[in-house]
Amino acid sequence: MIQLEQVTKTYPKASRPSLDNVSVSIDKGEFVFFIGPSGSGKSTIVKMLLHEVVPNKGRVVVNGKDVTSMRSWKRPHFRRSIGCVFQDFRLLPNRTAYENVAFALEVIGKTKAVARRVVPEVLELVGLGGKEHRYPHELSGGEQQRVAVARAFVNRPLILLADEPTGNLDPDTSIEIMRLLDRINRTGTTVVMVTHDSNIVNQMRRRVIEIESGRIVRDQARGVYG
Amino acid sequence: MRMKYVMSEVLVGLWRNVTMTVAMIITMAVSLTMLGASGLIYTKVADMKQLYFENIEVSIFLNADVTDEQRSAIAAQLESDPLISQATYVNKDEAFQRFQEMFRDSPDLLSAVKADQLPESYRLKLVNPEEYKTISDQYTAVEGVDQVVDQSQVLDKIFNLFTAGQNIALVAAIAMAVAALLLVANTIQVAAYSKRREVAVMKLVGASNWFIQAPFVLEAVVAGLIGSILGLGALAALKVFLFDGALSALQGLFAPVSWGEVFLTFPVMAGVGGLISAVTAWVTLRFYLRV
Repeated sequence: MIQLEQVTKTYPKASRPSLDNVSVSIDKGEFVFFIGPSGSGKSTIVKMLLHEVVPNKGRVVVNGKDVTSMRSWKRPHFRRSIGCVFQDFRLLPNRTAYENVAFALEVIGKTKAVARRVVPEVLELVGLGGKEHRYPHELSGGEQQRVAVARAFVNRPLILLADEPTGNLDPDTSIEIMRLLDRINRTGTTVVMVTHDSNIVNQMRRRVIEIESGRIVRDQARGVYG
Repeated sequence: MRMKYVMSEVLVGLWRNVTMTVAMIITMAVSLTMLGASGLIYTKVADMKQLYFENIEVSIFLNADVTDEQRSAIAAQLESDPLISQATYVNKDEAFQRFQEMFRDSPDLLSAVKADQLPESYRLKLVNPEEYKTISDQYTAVEGVDQVVDQSQVLDKIFNLFTAGQNIALVAAIAMAVAALLLVANTIQVAAYSKRREVAVMKLVGASNWFIQAPFVLEAVVAGLIGSILGLGALAALKVFLFDGALSALQGLFAPVSWGEVFLTFPVMAGVGGLISAVTAWVTLRFYLRV
């Protein structure tokens, strides 16, 4: 599903590489944590999987597509197979929960009829049934992140990328979000999550890949934060 | 649904930043009016040149005391000159008739001039109107000739005036076009900034580039088209109030400007306005959104 083969990335003007000869293979349906201190290169990996950053050396393959050599005009279509969730939710403040999710469908060419059928379903799935018509400012942080997860998942992506999704949430809410991501993972979606949250990593007992200074220092099948 | 979405985004975008939109449309309109006007002047000058040069005459005025021998010598020389296609003799009476016709609206002038005050002349049509100089050199020195006058000299001065007017309009059009261009770039930046969240989400979920750009580009194009419609209105007003109004006394002098010609400038103005707007918006977005 995801392969990084001896990937090196040095940003212009940087003294040392952000990623240094990193190789990782993630299978379909896996749930993987990337952990490590700030500046270790975790975000660079997320950006590479989204084709926002291209490696200097090595190869990145996502969903069987070689991202390294992908032309930028192919990026939009490629993105449709990846759902994204971020620490800051990135919801549109002037749209309701329903409209936020529907927007993501409509801008990739789905009809309003499709949205009317699919959006309530996915909002129900993330536990927001009955709150479809609330605006983001009327929702709690956890609920906003649920909307974001719904938006990322509504198109049934093969991969869900979560970049510190619990970074802005209290521990209880974080655990609810993790339950949700776990449920999504059980539908067969590959989940890749970047986090600092040791509690969550320790509770989930999933594959942990630890990065430090651009190198993989640990890759454990049922790991803890350590 | 996508077309509807794009169109509603365009209208919302134009309205959100309405002062800027108005500024953009006005500069665009002025620029396109100048462009249209200079185009019209250009075609008119070409029309008029053709009209006038077909009828252009070189006149050889004879001395008041010219003798019959001198006159017939000149006539013979003109007859055999290969540069001249046609020579017509105008005697004093005919000259006076022409004069009366030409100035029939100015009785003061008519009463001041007596029939025998006007000189006899030969009106020449040249094979090539530009060989005036040769003719002039050749005949000025001939006995009995007072002076050789070329109408095209006078016309050239008028045409130079038109061409200058056309150039001024063109320079103004270009200057306004630069201003319009910068306004479009600025408007698009503001629009893109105010929609940065939507754009970020669209990029994230994989909306195609054209779909992200289309509302912005169309916003600029719509402004450009409205500008060109206003420009057409301005040109129509110029025709009604200036050519058919204030300058109607000079109608015989100018080739008339028809409605057809005015409307023909519209596709040009709309094309230029729309294209410049679209390209500017697109380039701005390339830099600003990196899509």
